[in-house]
Amino acid sequence: MQQAEAERILLDPLVKNNPVILQILGICPTLAVTTSLATSLVMAAALTSVLALSNVFVSAIRHYVPTNIRIIVYMTIIASLVIVVDQLLKAYAYELSKQLSVFVGLIITNCIVLGRAEAFASKNPVLPSFLDGVGHGLGFSLILMTVGTLRELLGTGKLLGYQFLPLVREGGWYEPNGLMLLAPAAFVIIGLLIWAVRSWKPEQIEKPQYLIRQVHRTEVL
Amino acid sequence: MPDETNSAPQRANDSMGKILLVAVSLCVVCSIIVSTAAVALRPLQEANKTLERKRNILLAAGLYREDEDIDSLFEQVEIRLVDLASGEYVEGVDATAYDQYKAAKAPDTGVAIPRDKDVAKIRRRAKDVPVYLVRDSTGLRSVILPVHGYGLYSTLYGFIALSRDGNTVQGMRVYEHGETPGLGGEVDNPVWLDKWQNKLVYDENGQVRLAVVKGVVDRDSPEARYQVDGLAGATMTSRGVTNLIRYWLGEEGFASFLAKNRAERS
Repeated sequence: MQQAEAERILLDPLVKNNPVILQILGICPTLAVTTSLATSLVMAAALTSVLALSNVFVSAIRHYVPTNIRIIVYMTIIASLVIVVDQLLKAYAYELSKQLSVFVGLIITNCIVLGRAEAFASKNPVLPSFLDGVGHGLGFSLILMTVGTLRELLGTGKLLGYQFLPLVREGGWYEPNGLMLLAPAAFVIIGLLIWAVRSWKPEQIEKPQYLIRQVHRTEVL
Repeated sequence: MPDETNSAPQRANDSMGKILLVAVSLCVVCSIIVSTAAVALRPLQEANKTLERKRNILLAAGLYREDEDIDSLFEQVEIRLVDLASGEYVEGVDATAYDQYKAAKAPDTGVAIPRDKDVAKIRRRAKDVPVYLVRDSTGLRSVILPVHGYGLYSTLYGFIALSRDGNTVQGMRVYEHGETPGLGGEVDNPVWLDKWQNKLVYDENGQVRLAVVKGVVDRDSPEARYQVDGLAGATMTSRGVTNLIRYWLGEEGFASFLAKNRAERS
């Protein structure tokens, strides 16, 4: 594998082909766990490791998987990995695993993981699949951390538990925005991110599926 | 880089024998991995759970300090076993190693709860249940009682701390549940749990009056001291909390133990 090729596989999903803001996959965890940066970081790490490993395993057995049970095979691999990650979190990061509650388990149903297994790992050798998994994991992590940082900072004035913006009720100047801690704020932030990235890279803008044609009164139908 | 050699062998994989072989071997490998992880990590997870229980006992009694070690803080807590039927302490059993949820399942250490009395919907309970006592220089400071009961989807586990009169709530904590995050799951929200402080459990006639109401408590009503704000969007979970309080602080639960304690002091 050439270096340029490897770099493309690894770095493309960061911005150019980001799973969240271009492919619009994995929105559920992006809304649910980004109320603080710490939970976002753990979720990002959990998803990246599951994605990289599931891509490796799917790719390793790709020549032996019967096509008509392939999705079940991928799901079994992904589910096993997620359970192991969940068990590890419960053993080594109990407090965070309680905050993430069901969302670690829901990585099983994360479209990014199954999507990469089916679209990439099932057709490519192990090393590129691994890089693809890491790349997409990092692309997801990048968005999760951006949203998590904005929500925690604007919602509580804190970041990873440290007070960055002094709050009004503690004699500072910042009035925390409670909306930031609710799910709709994550929608708004993701929307603004998509707008920002597409203004920077106009080639990401999709063609509209329909054009609304205005019919003027004077026009004969 | 698409792999051209893929399509031919993959079609050959589609025979029934190959499908079964792949499915079975995948299941075996995956189950070995999953069970190895579960078994190897169990001691650590159990230790975390025990620590979490201790932390919640301290939180309920208002003794938890973030910068201090939980185990050393917990040294001031005395664990005793209480026979719920008589309200007397059980002597000669190591209360620290006792698991009331395991005891509830066994035929000789647990009892089935008659259906009409099972307000908390837990079906069985242990005969002997641990209580946690904290003393200070003037005597008993708090009694912390373990409580559990069914919410909407899951059993809620918690601790309620009462002050020495056996009636005033010092604090309430729910440490384990499987309710919907954001709705019933808010049952473990410390902001809501702090609203329990200084509420009263029993009325003048000794009946359990403490309850979670629907909506917000009317602060001017004389009932307000027995009432806690409901959880928004979680009527069933709120009702479950009321039920488990009614059960565990009622006749079937700790009522006789608390009454005995009151009588001894007066």
